[in-house]
Amino acid sequence: MEDNLLSLIIFAPLAGAAINWFVGRRVRDERFIGVVACGSVAISTLVAFYLAFRTGGALRSETPVLDHIWTWLQVGTFRADFALGMDRLSGTYALFVTFVGFLIHVFAVGYMHGEPGFYRFFAFLNLFMFAMLTLVLADNFVLMFVGWEGVGLCSYLLIGYYVDRKEAGDAAKKAFITNRIGDWGFVLGIMLTFFVTGSVSFFANPAAGEAANTALSFFRNQPVDPFTAGAILAGGATSIAVLLFIGAAGKSAQIPLYVWLPDAMAGPTPVSALIHAATMVTAGVYMIVRCSEIFVHAPTAMFIVAIIGAATALFAATIGLAQNDIKKVLAYSTISQLGYMFLACGVGAFIAAIFHVITHAFFKALLFLGSGSVIHGMHHEQDMRRMGGLRKYMPVTFATMVTGWLAISGIPIFAGFFSKDEILWKTWSAPAFSLPSTTFSKLLWAIGALTAFLTAVYMTRMMVMTFWGEERFRDTHAVKHEEPDAHHGPVVPHESPRVMTIPLIVLAVLSTFGGLIGVPYALSSIFADRDVNVIEHTLEPVVAHVPGGEHAVVESHEPAVTAPVETHAAEEISAERMFAGLSVLIALLGIGGGWYLFRRRPLLEMPRLLENKYYVDEIYDTTLIRPIEAVSREGFWKILDIGVIDGILHSIGDAVTEAGRLARYLQAGFVRGYTAIILFGALILIGLFAFTWAFQVATQ
Amino acid sequence: MEPQLSWYLALSAVLFTIGVTGVIIKRNVIAMFMCIELMLNAVNLTFVAFASFFQDVVGQLFVFIVMTVAAAEAAVGLGIIISIFRNRESLDVDEASILKL
Repeated sequence: MEDNLLSLIIFAPLAGAAINWFVGRRVRDERFIGVVACGSVAISTLVAFYLAFRTGGALRSETPVLDHIWTWLQVGTFRADFALGMDRLSGTYALFVTFVGFLIHVFAVGYMHGEPGFYRFFAFLNLFMFAMLTLVLADNFVLMFVGWEGVGLCSYLLIGYYVDRKEAGDAAKKAFITNRIGDWGFVLGIMLTFFVTGSVSFFANPAAGEAANTALSFFRNQPVDPFTAGAILAGGATSIAVLLFIGAAGKSAQIPLYVWLPDAMAGPTPVSALIHAATMVTAGVYMIVRCSEIFVHAPTAMFIVAIIGAATALFAATIGLAQNDIKKVLAYSTISQLGYMFLACGVGAFIAAIFHVITHAFFKALLFLGSGSVIHGMHHEQDMRRMGGLRKYMPVTFATMVTGWLAISGIPIFAGFFSKDEILWKTWSAPAFSLPSTTFSKLLWAIGALTAFLTAVYMTRMMVMTFWGEERFRDTHAVKHEEPDAHHGPVVPHESPRVMTIPLIVLAVLSTFGGLIGVPYALSSIFADRDVNVIEHTLEPVVAHVPGGEHAVVESHEPAVTAPVETHAAEEISAERMFAGLSVLIALLGIGGGWYLFRRRPLLEMPRLLENKYYVDEIYDTTLIRPIEAVSREGFWKILDIGVIDGILHSIGDAVTEAGRLARYLQAGFVRGYTAIILFGALILIGLFAFTWAFQVATQ
Repeated sequence: MEPQLSWYLALSAVLFTIGVTGVIIKRNVIAMFMCIELMLNAVNLTFVAFASFFQDVVGQLFVFIVMTVAAAEAAVGLGIIISIFRNRESLDVDEASILKL
C-alpha cells in the first residue's frame, strides 16, 4: 500500500530543523523556536498515529504502508531506493519514537530556557528526529544506514553542545569514534547481505519496480547455519548476523563498545533522555529484530548476542551501583537495560526485546527528564552527594520519578515489570536452538535475575540519595558555587516550570500503565480468560521465530492466531506465574535492601573498583589507545609521513635543486661558449631528423 | 652548363659553415656580427634557390622577412656593441663575461 503521507513523518522534523537553523538563529525568540521544534515533531506524531491506526493502517493489517520517494542508487542489480516502509515493527517503533520525542522536545523548551544556543539545540534535536525516523522507517539497509549515521552525527553534535566545555567535546568525539568501530561491522554486514542475497531491501515493493525477493525473504527458505564457531567465518547468515551485531553493539552500547555512553552524559539532559536512553541507543535492538529472519538462521550469532547482552546487563548494573553522578547512574542503568534487550534477542524473544524497548523508553525518558528537572532545580548540580531531601522542594518531580523507579525495578502494574519479567521468563524457557544446552538458559536467567536485583538496589540508592535524607546541598554550596553561579544566591531547590513537569506527568502515566499492552496470558488469565497481550499479537507476523521455540510449539497445537487462548499449556502457565512472583520478590528484595542500606547511610562508600568503572577506560587507554597513538606517532607520523611521504617530496625537490646547481655551470658568461652550445643543440636536432628520415627510408 | 640547384645549396652550406665557424672562433664582436649576417644570407640564398626551383614566390617573401629582421637585429646589435665599447674600450667578447654565476 502506497501512501505519501509517510514521508511527512520524516520530513516534518527536517523542515523544523531547517527553519530553526536558518530562521531561528536570526529571530532568537524562544517561543518561536520552541513552537517550530515541538510543532514539527507533533506533526510527525499525529501522522504516525494516523497511519498506524487508521483502517488498514500499518498496525491493523499485514501489509506494510510503503512510500517510494525516489530511486536513489541503481548500479547493475544493486538497487537502493529512498523509500520508506511502515510495517508493524517499524510502526510500533515510530509511534513511541515520535511520541516520547515530542514530550522530550516540550521538556527541553523549559530545560534549555535562557541558553544562548537555544536555536542550535532545537535544530539538532529536530535533525535527530529526522535521522531516527529515517532509520526506523527505512525500506532498505542502505537508507537505514543513512539514518544510522544521521543519528550518530546528531548524537555527536548534541553531546558536544556545550562547546565551551572540553569534556563535552571529548565525549562527543569518543561517542563518534566508538560508533565508527561498530559501523564498520554494520557496513560489512550490509555488503555481505547484498553479496549473499542480491538485495538490500526489507519490503518487496513491486509497484515501484523493486524485485519481489528481499534481503530478508531470501533467508526464509534457507537451511539454518550449523551451531559452530566456524560458521562465523563461513560467509553465510551467521557471518552477516555477527557483523550486524557489531554495528548494533556500537550503537546500543554493548560490551566492549559501551564506553561512550556514560561519557555522553556531558550533553544536555533532554539529549540524554531522547538519544541516549529512549531512542537512538535502542536502534541496535531494532536492527536486530528487523533482521530477525537472518538471526534465526544463525544460532551462533544469537548465542553471542545473548552472552554479550547478559554480560553487559550485569557488568553495567554493578558499575551503576557505585556512581555518584545522577546521570551516570542512569547511563549505566541504560546500558544494563540494553543488555537485557540483547539477551532477549539472543534467546529468540524478539517481541519481548521490543516490548522492553518501549517500556524502557517510557520509564528511562521519565527518569532522565526527572533527573534533568532535579539538575535544573539544583542549579546544575549533578552530584547526588550534594542533594538529599529534595522530596519536599520538588513534589511533582519526586512523584513522577517514583513511578519511574518502581517501573525500572519491576514492581507489578508498572511498565518495567511486564517487559522485564517477559524477558526473564523467555530466557528461562529458551529452547536449545541458540544455546549449547538448556543449562545456559538457566544460567542466563540467573544473570538476568541478579541484574534485576542490582537494578532495584542502585535505583533505590539513587532515589534515596536524591529525595530522602538530610539536605546536603546547603553546607557544600559555599564551596561549590563560588564563581559562575554566585548570583543565584543560596541554592534553594525549586520545582521546575509546568512545561517541564507536564511531560514528566505524561511519561509517568505511561510508565505506570504502558506495560499493560503486553500482559502475558499467564498473568491476565488470573483475572479473566482473555489474551490481552496486544504487543505480541501485533508484532508476531513481522518477527521471525526460532525453530523449536515456544511459538513453534504453540503453532503445532493451534496454528490460528485468532484463537490463542487454548494454546497455553497449563503447567507452562503456572511456571510463568511462579517466575513472575519470583521477579516481584527479587525487585522487592532489591528495593528493601537498598532502602535499608542507603536510607541510613546515603553516603556509603562503594567499592573503589566499581566507582572507577572497573578501570575499563584506563584499560582501553593502555591497551588500545596508547599503542595506537604510539604506532601513529612513531610509525605513521615519524616513519610513514615524515620518512616516506615527505621523503619522496623532499627528494624530488632536492633532485631539482641539485640538477639546477649543476646546470648553473653552463652559465660561464662566455658568448662563444653559448654559441657552441646552440650549435651542438642544432646539430643534435638535425642529426635526429636525419636519423629518423634515414630510418624511414630504410624500412620502406 | 646550366646552374644546378645543388650548386646553390652547396654554396649556401659553405657560407653557412664559414659563418658558424666565424661566430665561434672570432673574439671581435663586429666580426662575430658579420658572421651572423653571413649565416642569414646563406639561408637567404637557399630560400631563393628553392623559390626559383619550385617556381614558388613564398620563398622570396621569406627572404624579405629575413632581411627585415636582420636589419632590425643589426640596429639593436650595433647599439649594444657601441655601448659595450663605451664601457670597456674593447670589442673582445671574452672580456664581456660578467653575466654569469
